[in-house]
Amino acid sequence: MSDLRELYQSVILDHNKAPRNLRRPADANRSAEGRNPLCGDQLTVFLNLENDLVKDAAFEGSGCAISTASASLMTEGVKGRRVEEVFKMFDGFHRLLTSDPASPAPDEGLGKLAVFGGVREFPVRVKCATLAWHTLRAALEGSPVPATTE
Amino acid sequence: MKKLDAERLREDFPILRTLARGKPLVFLDSAASAQKPRAVLDAMQRFYETSYANVHRGVYELSERATQAFEGVRNKVAGFIGAAEAREIVFVRGTTEAINLVAHGLARTTLGPGDEVLITELEHHSNIVPWQMACQERGAKLRVVGIDDRGDLVLEELDKLLGPRTKLLALAHVSNALGTVNPVREIVKLAHERGVPVLLDGAQAVPHQKVDVRALGCDFYAFSSHKLFGPTGVGVLYGRADVLSALPPYQGGGDMILSVRFDETTYQGIPHKFEAGTPDIAGIIGLGAAIDYITAVGLDAIAAHEHELLRYAGEQLARVPGLRRIGTAREKAAVISFVMEGVHAHDVGTILDQNGIAVRTGHHCAQPVMERYGVPATVRASFALYNTRADVDALVRGLGQVREVFA
Repeated sequence: MSDLRELYQSVILDHNKAPRNLRRPADANRSAEGRNPLCGDQLTVFLNLENDLVKDAAFEGSGCAISTASASLMTEGVKGRRVEEVFKMFDGFHRLLTSDPASPAPDEGLGKLAVFGGVREFPVRVKCATLAWHTLRAALEGSPVPATTE
Repeated sequence: MKKLDAERLREDFPILRTLARGKPLVFLDSAASAQKPRAVLDAMQRFYETSYANVHRGVYELSERATQAFEGVRNKVAGFIGAAEAREIVFVRGTTEAINLVAHGLARTTLGPGDEVLITELEHHSNIVPWQMACQERGAKLRVVGIDDRGDLVLEELDKLLGPRTKLLALAHVSNALGTVNPVREIVKLAHERGVPVLLDGAQAVPHQKVDVRALGCDFYAFSSHKLFGPTGVGVLYGRADVLSALPPYQGGGDMILSVRFDETTYQGIPHKFEAGTPDIAGIIGLGAAIDYITAVGLDAIAAHEHELLRYAGEQLARVPGLRRIGTAREKAAVISFVMEGVHAHDVGTILDQNGIAVRTGHHCAQPVMERYGVPATVRASFALYNTRADVDALVRGLGQVREVFA
């Protein structure tokens, strides 16, 4: 049960139950679709990008608690940031989730997003947490094909 | 019929004594792949140690012995599924390859622009994509027979869709995602009245019930060794001698030819013209041992045991709050698919896994089925001869913990 509580922290359960930014903004000028072929989950990330600034970030789709909470916390976290910063967050998030679960979670300066450190103990679930981020990156890069975690 | 003693049979499966996440393994994913009895593992080991050589090639004693054992399994498979002759049994890598072999042959022989291939909404991706590819290649059309809310095929739709342009009907004997047992004997009869040949995907049927291809009347029947307690990498395509002979070779190579010249090659007859290259010899020996094993246990006893478990599990799961079963067909194999209100299947799977319980979660390679029910994924528990009521009870306890975490 303790590992489970580590994975399903209350912040994650809360964002799963009441996801923030779960909407399709009318003024979105970037979007990308992401798929996790393992579970069939699909999600679309919408951005309003003004020059280099993420003015709005939102998502649609359904997934497991980890992927929904990740998308929710991500959209909260990147709003109001410069694209360059967002890419840095992506890298930090990725490093956090792929770090060795036997050693303490690295401090990537991710704030609230650090709750996903518990996912490291569950290798098959890492992709659930990173799907939203891969999709966000595809939206920023204007990639025409759906993003996957593969 | 002798009653099956699952507790005793469990001792035949070494893996069932292992721990998962530090807990005794509760294996409820045999529909994905079944565990292997000691007899199968021993047969393969013994074959490598005492009788191994390439088959159909050497004049020496060892090769002869290997060939005899290998062809012996072909005979055994033919008997196991009621084929008229051993040459109607083609060894392939699995159900997927068996279906691809027929789809490939159909595209090169009979399928033309405007023709149709008929499948159903409950198929596994392996019985969708090969036909889609064949149809695309030949300008033909893929038509789909729907299912109703219970997960039964809509037979009136099948009746309507079996038309003059239908070149083949391909459908599952038993659905992997829902457990629906299709009334294949009646369906084959209907298709044959319209002159349409039928391929049955038997991957989920063969481990759980006695299959007699001649009684079913089907033209092709495909299944995998690994779901039948045999090793991975081996599958069987049954084809009635006349329809199999009409198909062109699938792959070119050694062992499938009579003579090779640079201007012309003549092929062997069935089944060898479909078996290019060195086959998975030891795997096929293992399949033979698996068939011996389940024949000794008795398929009638296996079916009765699994149905009793299915009934018990149905009763117990009905008491779990917020659980909705997906697929309640009139006749069902021992597969239970369900969703939990407010909890995604993957989260259910992770929590069950922490309790040593292995279930399948996801779309089960049947995305159209998930779409039909408007769910992204389900949890699937499937039962085999080695499962007991205790496994069901463990599952129900695990689902209680799911409710706790997601309260």
